[in-house]
Amino acid sequence: MDWSSILNQSASSIISTTTIAYALAAVGLGVHFGQAGLLNMGVAGFMAVGAYGYAISILTFGFPWWLAALTALFASVVFALILGIPTLRLRGDYLAIVTIAAAEVLRLLLLTVAFDDVTGSADGLFGFSGSFDESNPLPEGDYGFGPWQFNETTLWPVIVGAVLLTLSVLLVWALMRSPWGRVLRGIREDEDAVRALGKNVFAYKMQALVLGGVIIAAGGIVYTLGSNASPGVYVTSLTFFVYTIVLLGGAATIFGPVLGSIIFWVLQYFLSNLMPALVDAGVLPFMTANQAGMVRFILVGVGLMLLVVFMPQGIMGNKKEMTFVK
Amino acid sequence: MRSTTRLGWPAAHRALALLLLALGLLALLGPVQASAAEDDPYKIAGNVQFEGEAIEGVTITVDGPGGAQVVETGPEGRWNVGVPEAAEYTVTLDVDTLPEGVTLDDPEDDSPETKEVTPNVPFAPKAVNFFIGEGDRESTAFGAQLAQRLVQGVNFGLMLALASVGLSLVFGTTGISNFAHGEMVTFGAVMALWIGGTAFLGASLWIALPVAVLISALFGLLMDVVVWRPLRHRSVGVVQLMIVSIGLSLAIRYLFQYFIGGGTEQLPGASAERIDIIGPIRLTRVDLASMGIAIAVIVAFALWLLYSRLGKATRAISDNPGLAAASGIDVDFVVRVVWVMAAALAGLAGVLYAYYRPGIKWDMGTQVLLLMFAAVTLGGLGTAFGALIGAIIIGIIVETSSLFIPADLRFASALAILIVILLVRPQGILGRRERIG
Repeated sequence: MDWSSILNQSASSIISTTTIAYALAAVGLGVHFGQAGLLNMGVAGFMAVGAYGYAISILTFGFPWWLAALTALFASVVFALILGIPTLRLRGDYLAIVTIAAAEVLRLLLLTVAFDDVTGSADGLFGFSGSFDESNPLPEGDYGFGPWQFNETTLWPVIVGAVLLTLSVLLVWALMRSPWGRVLRGIREDEDAVRALGKNVFAYKMQALVLGGVIIAAGGIVYTLGSNASPGVYVTSLTFFVYTIVLLGGAATIFGPVLGSIIFWVLQYFLSNLMPALVDAGVLPFMTANQAGMVRFILVGVGLMLLVVFMPQGIMGNKKEMTFVK
Repeated sequence: MRSTTRLGWPAAHRALALLLLALGLLALLGPVQASAAEDDPYKIAGNVQFEGEAIEGVTITVDGPGGAQVVETGPEGRWNVGVPEAAEYTVTLDVDTLPEGVTLDDPEDDSPETKEVTPNVPFAPKAVNFFIGEGDRESTAFGAQLAQRLVQGVNFGLMLALASVGLSLVFGTTGISNFAHGEMVTFGAVMALWIGGTAFLGASLWIALPVAVLISALFGLLMDVVVWRPLRHRSVGVVQLMIVSIGLSLAIRYLFQYFIGGGTEQLPGASAERIDIIGPIRLTRVDLASMGIAIAVIVAFALWLLYSRLGKATRAISDNPGLAAASGIDVDFVVRVVWVMAAALAGLAGVLYAYYRPGIKWDMGTQVLLLMFAAVTLGGLGTAFGALIGAIIIGIIVETSSLFIPADLRFASALAILIVILLVRPQGILGRRERIG
């Protein structure tokens, strides 16, 4: 078994657009779920708005990539308002059901052949990275060291993603230590108490939903930057993976979601390389290579259950702070 | 493939001719037509016919690992391609190349022109079936179509109701929005497959069905013993419980894929022919049996809930758990019974759903999970009879909406209605008006 290749692959996933995209989504969900106590189960929907908003703006409207990205972020604001206005006054689990249903409706709309011209239905959209590649200032060549090897086309989306992630983390960090952030955490701990202090709880929740939604959509954009937009990605499992990431790192922390994403993807790559290798080496005679590939997904589910019961505050969190919303 | 026997149908069955491509058939009819890469180890094959007449020159595209391949059906309506890997391939029939007046028609499928297959046995062609019917559907009167859809909607709704009452009772007694309920539906179907599937134990359906339901009930008991009861005793919050159920759902779902793979498996008798019932309404015997079983079980369940001591205790806990416990009801025991009942009903619904779709797939329960949530919310969270009404409404909406909007959006219509209901009447149809904000 080639341990060095397995470890190399796992380490390389620390810096990749996938990890950065999931980290962005997790930071956004951290604002929703960790800071404001909003049960947003539509993470996949927000990411799809980002990804398809970006791709459709370029392919259908011919925007340059930066304008397309802004359009996609604006679309996510609209999506957040549509979801929030009717549900934020209701009990928490209603928001959960509406957001998960809205994300599914959106996915089915992207999947239907009725709008094939715009959405590409089951094939998704591709071939829209032209203006993004042209904007690449990096000179041709190889970059990186050790397991992290890039060329100029693969490094550019990573740089853009990392800049977006850094800005998002800084923004959330600054907001959460402001009076606004304190009110938000107050709403998470005891909504009625905050209301009794004369705060407009609905407005705060709405602002948090929009802020987190925009960051999640940015994750969707980063995910598609150098590649394609495919409806098969934005399924409810994606939402659950992001929840796992957020709870792993620490939902109520600023940097926890980023750490969670890195650990999640390193483990995913590690297992996806290790398990088939173990089967090849004859260590797991009762498994086929396909079944070995399934194991890591089963482990995500088991890990999520154990995390939420035994370590709900996550790796970086403070056990006192993470009291779950009712 | 049992379906080959069907080629001898009387031509009188005009409305829907089921077209099948089958391995045995290909072997009978002589050498397979050569097409793309002959030396590829895996084969996907099919036979396009309409009412026993072969259709020549239909374009079929097979896409997946190794690239897309395009073939045309030969003089006997047959086609076949070789593919390099045992992976999932998308087979698309170009509807434009079908003759005038013939189209793909499969009301149970979102996109009848595409099928996904995973060839797994080298050199044994994997059969792909398309459902071909008469193309001029406009000629069928709208009223007749509506009647047919309504009956199918009730059929789907009854199946959904079986699954949803358990979800609703669990919510009512424990406060858990159980995202793993879809997997309990799949569990019943997978058990029925392992007991009754021809490739497995091959027991008759009349044994497989009750045994599958029984094992589902044990599965519910197991989940309560291993997961839910310990969590009750740790007094874990409802949001945490919901996330636990999400983790459980992921774990079980991928366990199903681990054991049965990513393809679709059929139960015996899944492709029965339709017979005339009343006027324009045509159903298969399986549909009729499914509705009969669902109604009988729902009525029995309703009587249990209304008149038995345990049923009364269940409703009392749904109403007010604290008060119920104070009046001497053993809440822990009743909740365990609720989990067992919910799992048994979901398992039964899974078997019926396997016939309705038709087919058993690792994520089939997840596909209807949101429809169950919609049914439960529509009827009123936590009320068993609300879930019943909600499920039938959702079933009818799903089936009839495809008369007005593209068929692949019919699930979306039910979810959109769920969102609207929450705006207008968030407590649902039978829910009590109480403060939910």
